[in-house]
Amino acid sequence: MTTILKHRLFWPSLILVVMLGVNAFTSQQFVTIQDGHLFGTLIDILRGSAPLILVALGMTLVIATGGIDLSVGSVMAISGAVACLLISDLGNQNSIGSVLLIIGVAILVSLALGLWNGALVAIVGIQPIIATLILMVAGRGVAQLITDGQIINVRSDPYSTLASGFFLTMPVAFLIAAGAVALTVLLTRKTALGLLLESVGGSPTASRLAGIGARRITVMVYVVLGGFAGLAGLIASADIKSADSISAGNLIELDAILAVVIGGTALIGGRFSIIGTVLGAIIIQTLRVTVVAVGIPPEANLLFKSVVVVALCLSQSPDFRAKVFGRFKSRPAVEKVGVPA
Amino acid sequence: MTTTDMTPVTKGGDGPELNRRRRVYKPNTRYVPILATLFLLIVMYSSGVANFRNFEDPSVIVNLFRDNAVLLVVAVGMTFVILTGGIDLSVGAVISLTTVLTATLLKGGWPPLVVLPAVLLLGALIGAGQGAVIHFFKVEPFIATLAGLFLARGLALFINQQSIPIRDALWKSLSETRFPLADGVVTKPIAVVAVVVVLIAAAVLAWTRFGRNVYAIGGNADSALLMGLPVGRTRIAVYTLSGFCAALGGVLFSINSTSGWALQGNGMELDAIAACVIGGVLLTGGSGFVWGTLLGVLVTGLIRTIINFQGDLNAAWARIIIGVLLFAFIVMQRLVTRKAK
Repeated sequence: MTTILKHRLFWPSLILVVMLGVNAFTSQQFVTIQDGHLFGTLIDILRGSAPLILVALGMTLVIATGGIDLSVGSVMAISGAVACLLISDLGNQNSIGSVLLIIGVAILVSLALGLWNGALVAIVGIQPIIATLILMVAGRGVAQLITDGQIINVRSDPYSTLASGFFLTMPVAFLIAAGAVALTVLLTRKTALGLLLESVGGSPTASRLAGIGARRITVMVYVVLGGFAGLAGLIASADIKSADSISAGNLIELDAILAVVIGGTALIGGRFSIIGTVLGAIIIQTLRVTVVAVGIPPEANLLFKSVVVVALCLSQSPDFRAKVFGRFKSRPAVEKVGVPA
Repeated sequence: MTTTDMTPVTKGGDGPELNRRRRVYKPNTRYVPILATLFLLIVMYSSGVANFRNFEDPSVIVNLFRDNAVLLVVAVGMTFVILTGGIDLSVGAVISLTTVLTATLLKGGWPPLVVLPAVLLLGALIGAGQGAVIHFFKVEPFIATLAGLFLARGLALFINQQSIPIRDALWKSLSETRFPLADGVVTKPIAVVAVVVVLIAAAVLAWTRFGRNVYAIGGNADSALLMGLPVGRTRIAVYTLSGFCAALGGVLFSINSTSGWALQGNGMELDAIAACVIGGVLLTGGSGFVWGTLLGVLVTGLIRTIINFQGDLNAAWARIIIGVLLFAFIVMQRLVTRKAK
């Protein structure tokens, strides 16, 4: 029992369960089957959390190497803008082949943006927060240029399937995110890759001396994050069936970093937990849904969020637990043993 | 900084016949980033003078201080936090909370001389709270101040979501006062306040025990603790200072715009961090000067001035140009610094 209580993901999980419980009571349909697929608040949460899961997943890898990426929101905006622009130019917007090709192009663009970030950090040697700030500022301008300052609407069924379709009773968006998570877990925990990432985060110099291509690994994580952010941008824009270069992915970098930290990954790098990150992302999305479900007025949204964030972070701080809960614990009697000389 | 700090570090120069050829001027490596920034700032200014009419007018430089007074004050507070190896994301939100609270209280008929200390105190208290959470509960600064961001902006939105005009006589007169500096060159009180803040901060950092403690903690917090320095007190003090500076920035903002709005100061935290980094303050802590931050603010201000002089840029292109100039500047600074070392 105490081992469960002491697990670092116990309190976040508890908060998630409580919030889901609240939702189960307040919503008429929590989980039901309708039109041959699952339906309800829980499924909405899973579907809506897909972009954040994807971004936070990539962010976990970047943070594991001791970096950070502020540009994910801009990458999302660019990838959505590229995809919507190309699709709106199609003669037949419902052609599956061309839409798949366009999705591929948008993801390639995002990978290239990730490569740019990675090169700035690993090869030029700029501090990650500033290196990615450049793309964060300029990227949104690029997205505005692509869409010409307008909101581009698309009417493409295959494209909107990305966000609102269902496959084997589950939402496609969630399946994409789950697939990305499974692939990442497989690659980092069943191969030496995870170990290499952690060693680069622990000390880039030491790992280079140990024969690890620290530079290559650093570039790689930014490229991977670029790809995931691009995919998230596609899902987000498919969800609203349009490209909004101003508000797409706005402030998602903070939510993603928050999800990573809630999941127990330290921002200094050297250690990471992918399952924790997924849990953190789902908590943030559930929070968003719960605030509406409970009927908290929209102007108090942020206040509520800050309270939950503070509670979560304090519950995970070992010092806080020792100082607050340590008092109620009966201390084991200290045995006095003669110190051997 | 004592006078001995000013001498160049040229060890092994006792044998004059050995080292005669290497007796060229070599600045202390601590000053290299700041000198690089200064050099590039001059280059940028000269290119502005060469390309635009009326750029050489002294009011261009004087107006830099007026237009960036808020950023300057906030960035000075941020410098102390970054020097200890921390970060403060809440400053933009504290600015918005201050402007909204100031406007609301003044509208409610509170005397301005009560409102002013009250909002400054509130800013300092928010900072102190964040510092306490960071120090006592070992929560990462990024997350603790992110929660502070949500809290402050949430409070601001909760108080009022609309823009509130300020009609108070003192605020109006402060907003309209002009100090003549030379023929045709005038400045505003907010610029004077900002310059005074820079001078005080530079003196505190260079010549007081508190300033030395800040550098010591940033260099290595554990060593500082073992040396008997008051790590906890200093760490809480720098966040308090940053909160105070943010509140002061908010007051300047409300004077400049004679209004309060919950979305003011959005993204100011990243501008402040960028200004510090451009000025050569290392995000890992322990290295940098307030003078560097001043130069960093002037660089970002000059970039905006150049874009204004260019005139025919739309919002998208302005963002892209800011990004490109930021990139060019950081890469050049990186090259200059690397060569000098």
